[in-house]
Amino acid sequence: MVDVPYDGIAGTAIPPAEVPDVELYHPKSWLTRYVFSQDAKIIAIQYSLTASAIGLVALVLSWLMRLQLGFPGTFSFIDANQYLQFITMHGMIMVIYLLTALFLGGFGNYLIPLMVGARDMVFPYVNMLSYWVYLLAVLVLASTFFVPGGPTGAGWTLYPPQAILSGTPGQDWGIVLMLASLILFIIGFTMGGLNYVVTVLQARTRGMTLMRLPLTVWGIFTATVMALLAFPALFVGSVMLLLDRLLGTSFFMPALIEMGQLSKYGGGSPLLFQHLFWFFGHPEVYIVALPAFGIVSDLISTHARKNIFGYRMMVWAIVAIGALSFVVWAHHMYVSGMYPYFGYFFATTTLIIAIPTAIKVYNWVLTLWRGDIHLTVPMLFALGFIITFVNGGLTGLFLGNVVVDVPLSDTMFVVAHFHMVMGVAPIMVVLGAIYHWYPKVTGRMLNAGLGKFHFWVTFLGAYLIFFPMHYLGLLGVPRRYFELGDAAFIPPSAHSLNAFITVVALTVGFAQMTFLFNLVWSLFEGEPSGGNPWRATSLEWQTPETPPGHGNWGKELPIVYRWAYDYSVPGAAQDFIPQNQPPTNTGAVQGAAS
Amino acid sequence: MAVALILLLVAIGSVLFHLYSPWWWTPIATDWSYIDHTINITFWITGFVFTAVIAFMAYCVFRFHHKEGRRADYNPENKRLEWWLSVGTGIGVAAMLAPGLVVWHQFVTVPADATEIEVMGQQWQWSFRLPGKDSRLGTSDVRNISPENPMGLNRDDPHGQDDVVIENGDLHLPIGKPVKVLLRSVDVLHDFYVPEFRAKMDMVPGMVTYFWIKPIRTGTFDVLCAELCGAAHYQMRAKVIVEEESDYHAWLGQQKTFAELSGRNAVVRATYQSGGK
Ligand code: HEM
Ligand SMILES: [Cu+2]
Ligand SMILES: [Cu+2]
Repeated sequence: MVDVPYDGIAGTAIPPAEVPDVELYHPKSWLTRYVFSQDAKIIAIQYSLTASAIGLVALVLSWLMRLQLGFPGTFSFIDANQYLQFITMHGMIMVIYLLTALFLGGFGNYLIPLMVGARDMVFPYVNMLSYWVYLLAVLVLASTFFVPGGPTGAGWTLYPPQAILSGTPGQDWGIVLMLASLILFIIGFTMGGLNYVVTVLQARTRGMTLMRLPLTVWGIFTATVMALLAFPALFVGSVMLLLDRLLGTSFFMPALIEMGQLSKYGGGSPLLFQHLFWFFGHPEVYIVALPAFGIVSDLISTHARKNIFGYRMMVWAIVAIGALSFVVWAHHMYVSGMYPYFGYFFATTTLIIAIPTAIKVYNWVLTLWRGDIHLTVPMLFALGFIITFVNGGLTGLFLGNVVVDVPLSDTMFVVAHFHMVMGVAPIMVVLGAIYHWYPKVTGRMLNAGLGKFHFWVTFLGAYLIFFPMHYLGLLGVPRRYFELGDAAFIPPSAHSLNAFITVVALTVGFAQMTFLFNLVWSLFEGEPSGGNPWRATSLEWQTPETPPGHGNWGKELPIVYRWAYDYSVPGAAQDFIPQNQPPTNTGAVQGAAS
Repeated sequence: MAVALILLLVAIGSVLFHLYSPWWWTPIATDWSYIDHTINITFWITGFVFTAVIAFMAYCVFRFHHKEGRRADYNPENKRLEWWLSVGTGIGVAAMLAPGLVVWHQFVTVPADATEIEVMGQQWQWSFRLPGKDSRLGTSDVRNISPENPMGLNRDDPHGQDDVVIENGDLHLPIGKPVKVLLRSVDVLHDFYVPEFRAKMDMVPGMVTYFWIKPIRTGTFDVLCAELCGAAHYQMRAKVIVEEESDYHAWLGQQKTFAELSGRNAVVRATYQSGGK
């Protein structure tokens, strides 16, 4: 007999339908079906392809940066200005235009309606606009490579006064277009984000209570709410910085010397920008992380054939992390010159976040305990995620603990930390998720052999790139340095390590080509997958057609009878029970519920 | 099982790398060894958690990977276990936070007998100012900056006249004396960073920031800029020389005060003007 701790899991409690089925917009031409589409699934693919394309640019920039760091003085086509432009564009693209757009615009659009049992997002037209504004933002961003002076080299944090003064590359056009692009991005995101939130709250199908949602939806939903609250800070910061740059206001600009002359500015506060930036910037870390947390929970559960351990605790942890992450932002500013006594508060809140985060990690590994672990490619990436995330999360305890941050801030330790925790770990999830849902999107499996090769090179390679890098930072090597030059404290061995990291980074980079090849090849030659190749429980795998058709569900919306984690239920005939399977078909669960 | 083994090797490899890698922090030159101790405590606790989690995961993969006929357990939750894990984590976190906050308290509490000195950053060089006989630094303002007065001191401030001004040079400090380092920038953000000192802080135009140190070791140390400040950020260098008190005073005696510098400039200007007439 199964001990069911609460009736969200499975039972007779099927609330009545709250939302009547709606008539969808039906496209009449090829153009409205595939280009100006209002179908969340098409929009998701548009978002994903655009994000991946600009993400490839960021990847190539990382190779150029690594070439410079590994072999300084060898590549005459990279100068100090360009190096700064590369790090800025690389960082900004990776964090915002790739990861945020991919998790929310890509995975969010595809999975939310399918997972909650809706026909589409609630505002399909706005959803379409969201993508086109995002595309515009990406194009404006990319155009800065071609304008006079090139893209801004202010660092992805865009700190004034430097960002808008002439000692920094890209001061003419680059910074203006960067800010314009961010403003566009936020407008586009807000349109999409409102959709995701309202869809989750209002368009769940009958029986899909909040506590039956797959954690993927919880992660994306919470991240979206956070983004809607955090992006406005970046929005106003960008507008104010733009005014300082174009109209000569002084929001962030004190009296200062520019190129030997007293500038026209006076009275503003550079720290104000940092507060606005990080009030956005810290939640942003979790805007990327929470969808990854949610998705990886579902990957682990499905491929270990076991219910996620401690579902309610997992939901609680996601919400707690989301809320707490609005009161920790100044841990990025311990050495910024802000009032030093703030350090006590922000160190305490920051370390408290470690507790719900640790709970999530425990529950992932406890889900593996006594599972039936299928080492599929998505599962491998999930394991890779756990390692890199635990590693990066733990080094966060160094940087969050105010006084420990003092020697480490602005060194390669920080670069290693945030790459591990918000670069490599989420990318592991993105890749695992693509291997997992590709069959739903295309009807074909990705090649598993190539996938395993891709996993091992990417995971081990990324670990070899970023793990040793912490020790360069511990030694004191600063970040955002074009060249280390002469410094007595940097031994020759540190330069060898840099060269080694570069070689590995290039290898990992090129290994991604196998993945691109796999994506294209499998589209035509991949093994047909059927509707539910992983034998998963959540609704997206139960659609009548694969790939799901317009409106997702055929005539009738599905009715949900249980949570998304009924794997290996004792007494059940199969090792999974879909969420929409009525209790009568499975004696065991019915017994448990009564 | 190959996968489990590799996962375990990642954990073991990381620990071995930590123990045997040649890259470690620089020998400390101030008495902020408390910071190093706090980092060490953090390494111990996090290292333990890291190894434990990965080892547990590798064990699960080894023990529970799919075989014909295996079926997973069904256990939605275990309140007691989750509760204990949370409490354990809380204790670990407190064990890192508590010493961290104690040391931070020392960091922000400047001893009363600390000498104030000033470091000024500008694109892309360092200038320094040391108090004269009155042990006080005079006031300054960016609006006063001119070729004759590169640090922008107030000409009318009596405390500033005997200040020792070192434009674009190296800084000397006596060993064993606490110093409060006042930090100022005239253009963009910079950060006065000497790895061996452990302490660092951004310099922000429009405000004065600070940290304090007590040098405990003589030697010559690199000064780097740790906050991106534009094109030549990576070239913004100087040296700090920590030396015995007598050497320090000998050096100090050779430096020019603000009054001497502006007096000399005034003479130069006067000669130039009269010559021109
Ligand atoms: C294997 C892939 C990657 C490599 C080799 C790489 C390499 C680098 C390098 C060399 C830097 C500049 C370090 C410095 O001089 O300060 C950098 C900065 C950065 N990277 Fe990556 N990176 C990779 C992937 C990512 C990903 C996936 C993200 C997404 C979060 C990311 C986010 C950033 C950010 C935010 C910066 C800071 C930019 C700045 O300092 O303004 N990177 N990366
Ligand atoms: Cu943060
Ligand atoms: Cu600098």
